[in-house]
Amino acid sequence: MTLLSVRNLRVTFDTETGPVEAVRGVSFDLGRERLGIVGESGSGKTMTGRSMLRLIRPPGRIEADAMTFDGTDLMAATETQMRALRGPRMAMVMQDPKYSLNPVMKVGAQLMEGLHQRDRVGRTEAYAKAVAALNAVQIRDPERVMEAYPHELSGGMGQRVMIAMMLIPNPDLLIADEPTSALDVTVQAEVLSILDGLVRDRGMGLIFISHDLRLVARFCDRVLVMYKGRVVEEVAARDLLNARHPYTQGLLNCLPRIGGNRGPLPGLDRTAEWAR
Amino acid sequence: MADTDLNDAAPSRVTRLAKQAGGTVFTLLITFIGLLAVTFFISRVVPTDPVMSILGERATQAQIDETRTALGLDRPMWEQFGIYVWDALHGDLGTSIRTKEPVIDEIARYFPATLELSTIATIIGMLIGVPAGILAATKPGSLFDQIVRLVGLMGYSMPVFWLGLMGLLIFYGQLGWVGGPGRLDAAYDMMMQFEVEPYTGMILVDTLLNGRWDIFQNALSHIILPAALLGYLSMAYISRMTRSFMMNELGQEYITTARVKGMPEGRVIWVHALKNVMVPLITVVALSYSFLLEGAVLTETIFAWPGLGRYITDALLVADMPAVLGGTIVVGAVYIGINMFSDLLYRLVDPRAK
Amino acid sequence: MTLTEWLRDPNPTSRLQSRMAQSYLSWLRMKRNKLAMIGLLITVALVLMAIFAPMLAPYDPITQNLQERLQPPLTSGHWLGTDDFGRDIWTRILYGSRITLYIVLLVILTAPVFGLLVGTVAGYFGGWVDQVLMRITDIFLAFPKLILALALVAVLGPGMVNAVLAIAITSWPPYARVARAETLTVRNSDYIAAVKLQGAGPMRVIWGHVMPMCLPSVIIRVTLDMAGVILTAAGLGFLGLGVQPPVPEWGLMISAGRKFLFEQWWVATMPGLAIFIVSLGFNLLGDGLRDVLDPRSAGR
Repeated sequence: MTLLSVRNLRVTFDTETGPVEAVRGVSFDLGRERLGIVGESGSGKTMTGRSMLRLIRPPGRIEADAMTFDGTDLMAATETQMRALRGPRMAMVMQDPKYSLNPVMKVGAQLMEGLHQRDRVGRTEAYAKAVAALNAVQIRDPERVMEAYPHELSGGMGQRVMIAMMLIPNPDLLIADEPTSALDVTVQAEVLSILDGLVRDRGMGLIFISHDLRLVARFCDRVLVMYKGRVVEEVAARDLLNARHPYTQGLLNCLPRIGGNRGPLPGLDRTAEWAR
Repeated sequence: MADTDLNDAAPSRVTRLAKQAGGTVFTLLITFIGLLAVTFFISRVVPTDPVMSILGERATQAQIDETRTALGLDRPMWEQFGIYVWDALHGDLGTSIRTKEPVIDEIARYFPATLELSTIATIIGMLIGVPAGILAATKPGSLFDQIVRLVGLMGYSMPVFWLGLMGLLIFYGQLGWVGGPGRLDAAYDMMMQFEVEPYTGMILVDTLLNGRWDIFQNALSHIILPAALLGYLSMAYISRMTRSFMMNELGQEYITTARVKGMPEGRVIWVHALKNVMVPLITVVALSYSFLLEGAVLTETIFAWPGLGRYITDALLVADMPAVLGGTIVVGAVYIGINMFSDLLYRLVDPRAK
Repeated sequence: MTLTEWLRDPNPTSRLQSRMAQSYLSWLRMKRNKLAMIGLLITVALVLMAIFAPMLAPYDPITQNLQERLQPPLTSGHWLGTDDFGRDIWTRILYGSRITLYIVLLVILTAPVFGLLVGTVAGYFGGWVDQVLMRITDIFLAFPKLILALALVAVLGPGMVNAVLAIAITSWPPYARVARAETLTVRNSDYIAAVKLQGAGPMRVIWGHVMPMCLPSVIIRVTLDMAGVILTAAGLGFLGLGVQPPVPEWGLMISAGRKFLFEQWWVATMPGLAIFIVSLGFNLLGDGLRDVLDPRSAGR
């Protein structure tokens, strides 16, 4: 069953020096599975993720031959229809909780905001749901965290709050945009396993955006490799190490390996034709 | 238990604030003494001899010597400065040459009029400037944004005394919509003096406290024009700053988070972004409040407004230096006070303030 | 190769060419900002007015002509009317532009230079030098500018030079702040270390290598401050503390017209309009310049 279908997506930014295309014709389908999108910075992976939610602000604009989510045409949907999708149906976890949580609102208020505003849930019930969500991301003293401001939380805690907040309305699709890149290495695994467990239990679709090939391979079913706004290769995660495209191989080769030789890591030899 | 945690956290934040407040007060005290040093320096290089200006031309040598000793002018400079600072800290700003009254008493009489005027002006500036700046920031480059920008820059370019004259010419002289110069019509002025208990010195407040609706209305018709004109200047500044802060906040990632949660744009802007903009805006409003005290100097001469600015300019014209410098010190002290207040408020509002 | 091609060459062959290309790009960006271009136009017009005042003015700015006193605007020969001494207001505004420009020039030749000196020295030496200098700067910042200027003029006595001095004394602290901030960012850079290793003394480092780095931000600030200088100068003139009559200073002209505001409105209105237009010109120009030159606010 297809949850999300994207055909020939383009994201263009109109700048002073002329239009710049960040995404140039990306197509893919997604069921209730885990799709990884990998690429260097500037490859258009983040813009692809945000296009699904139609969150590209001017001067950027989105074009696509087709973009449908569970039967809704995302390109034709009104802003009100989009708002009804954002939150309850599609959600997104961003890179750094330091910036993605509102610094002057208490965590509790941010968690309960959706319940109050959208679902008109009463105070006590919203509080209980928020605490339950914090429990689900394995935060031990949720009552205290509810009363804290984001800057009082560690990065790992913050990201767990972010995940809890996005999962409260039980969305069908979660876009995770580099959810662990800003965290300490020791916390990364913990946050990932929490995310993994929740997505698995609830049977959501997941788009996992990362620059880390191995992480994506371990975590996802399928991987799109992006380069300069295009998908250069699509492979099943278990076949990633046998990827054919020279760019994918190049990315794999730049990673150090435990027990490998200690010589300088090879750089990427780019060819103009990859970007066509 | 969550509650105990909270109770633990609250006092520590308060004591931290108190400590910072102590530090702030100390630096401000130093700044204030520096301010006194400048006015002291100015007062000692004045070409007019303070003794002569008190006693007049035909004083005897004995009288001159006596006055010199009384004023402490025979002591060394540093000692004079010490006395000067000590006196100022105790509210003694010297005696006006013109009226022979203590400067501080006169200022206490004049100051409420200025306070009343600049407070209303700041409120006007804030009520229009903040929403205008926010709306402009949400649609950068739009016609509305251009208009806010141009109207703001026009406010920056307007000589305030000329603006006052033009306001009088149009709204008082031509249209007759507002009361003329002064705080009240002459008839009401008498009533104010004899029938109203002056609790605060601010006419609008005092008349309300005394239940004198008729005088209140007359006072309002007089204050509305100067307050609106000063409010325009304040609005120009506040709207520009609000716009730039708002632009900055709207580019932040937490705004995207709110949108991802499906929050309507109105809530994203007026709740999520505004809460963050409020923090730097406190400083801006405080600054514009102190600018207005200064703008009042010229406005008050135009509107015959018996405030601090008028007091200083009137004293200037007759070279009454103790009055001029006393006024300068008071305005400087108010500046410093507003600064300190906004600093504290800032720390209270921003949970991140360390 | 045409000039524009030379300027647009993506591979400049000399430092001059690359620099000119940069300025050309800024110019293009600025040209699209209509308000900034209007500002530039007003500023240029002011300068031309000041230079060619004697040629443009139909009358003498000082000579009185009591037969023609208080003529309304659009009377023949006096399109802006005359004042209470029968002097042509347009003529006096033209000559007044010289005084305004003169005051502005004197202030921007003193206050920013002094502020730059204080700021760079404080930032470069750090320690107690920084502490003392910045505390003094803070004290001057704590003063209400106009009121301090008033007090200074009251002591020094009215007059143009004293007015300039008072304005300069009250307007240097922000420049010191800006310069210090810039200095702190370059102080520990490698090229400063290299210059020091070559044996340059602190004064030479500051003068030759630190100050030039601070100049751009100071210049932006100067353009934005110019309108403020004009307004303060006019305010002093209005209070009778600046240039003395019969010199045609704009603030003074407004003050003279105040007496018959309700009967002969033009006497006070016209010079005020001149002040307003010229300050607006500087503000529009400064605003546009900042958008172009300050990378943080560029883009939008």
